[in-house]
Amino acid sequence: MKTFLVVDDSSVVRKVARRMLEEWSFEVDEAENGAVALVRCRRQMPDGILLDWNMPELTGVEFLEQLRSEAGGTAPRVVFCSTNNDASHIASALSAGADEYIMKPFDADILREKLVEVGLLEEEPT
Amino acid sequence: MIAPAEFEFLRRFLKEKSGLALTDDKHYLLETRLDPVMRKAAIPNVAQLVAALRERGTSPLAEAVTEAMTTNESLFFRDKRPFEQLASLILPGIVSRRPPGQPLRIWCAAASTGQEPYSIAMLLRDNERLLGGRRVEIIATDLSGEVIDRAKEGLYTQFEVQRGLPVQYLLKCFNQEGDMWRINADIRSMVRFSRLNLLQPFGHLGQFDIVFCRNVLIYFDAPTKSDVLSRIASVMAPDAYLVLGGAESVLGLSTELVPGSQHGFYIRKN
Repeated sequence: MKTFLVVDDSSVVRKVARRMLEEWSFEVDEAENGAVALVRCRRQMPDGILLDWNMPELTGVEFLEQLRSEAGGTAPRVVFCSTNNDASHIASALSAGADEYIMKPFDADILREKLVEVGLLEEEPT
Repeated sequence: MIAPAEFEFLRRFLKEKSGLALTDDKHYLLETRLDPVMRKAAIPNVAQLVAALRERGTSPLAEAVTEAMTTNESLFFRDKRPFEQLASLILPGIVSRRPPGQPLRIWCAAASTGQEPYSIAMLLRDNERLLGGRRVEIIATDLSGEVIDRAKEGLYTQFEVQRGLPVQYLLKCFNQEGDMWRINADIRSMVRFSRLNLLQPFGHLGQFDIVFCRNVLIYFDAPTKSDVLSRIASVMAPDAYLVLGGAESVLGLSTELVPGSQHGFYIRKN
């Protein structure tokens, strides 16, 4: 079973994302900020990470830059998920090592498409 | 509730105008789609709509009814596989068989709001080395004038640019305009949009190297599918490819086309 870490300071977003991911058979863990997420990743790198931008302790970008320099930290596929919906923020996230970017609000269709894009889900024929 | 005689009239009307084969279980769909058309035209009920269509079958109202019944859902790089195969196998093969300088011609026969032709254009822009410097003409047509107008604008919602479109393409090929994203002028200029009903002759479009006609035939009955496939074959170069949707095939419908070696791609029978 593939593992997924949802990193967001909003418990509502974490809950919604968890439901979607579990529906697609991921084993889901949650972290409420970047610092907690880093501890989880050091213990075990997940296959995928859904990452908010604006969080206390470590922001999404700070977390990602640290993650990518950790041993095994290049393996997780990281999908940013943020309300910072302008091109410059998206470019910064990609520079920091993100594989994909979701502009909030999002739904199951968008999350699914992005996970297909990063190779964590198979495409469903439309 | 639509009376049986009115349903029958609308079924025949839509078949004649767009090829749409409306089955008996589509009463609800018909009502849902016609409701906004009737409200806009201040027509109080289906009986009066049918009367107006009987009187003038080629009016703007007739066009609005036909367009309301077509399905225009589309997304960028829909079913990724055909696009991957286009770049890795189909294009290099065709280009190697064409004399230098001969333009490559691609037709999107059901372009909807433009996601498919723009996906092809972005893919080609990204793989320019495959083209050996030759020009590409992407002709994009659709039954609906309304969706063609939208496609020409190249303006998409945040939701639309997140379905199927890799974020790298979003940054490279779009400009943000408020909450919307507009595809860059250089990509837009690669595509020529026009309105076309596949039931009408389309030989004037010329000959093509690749024809995309995905998720259209599913709405037609078997004789209409055969007719459209036969006429598509007649505008394909001898070594051209036809790309159909995942749930579509030429089997039992065409004597001119056969499956190619890549899934979803069809070639002319020698």
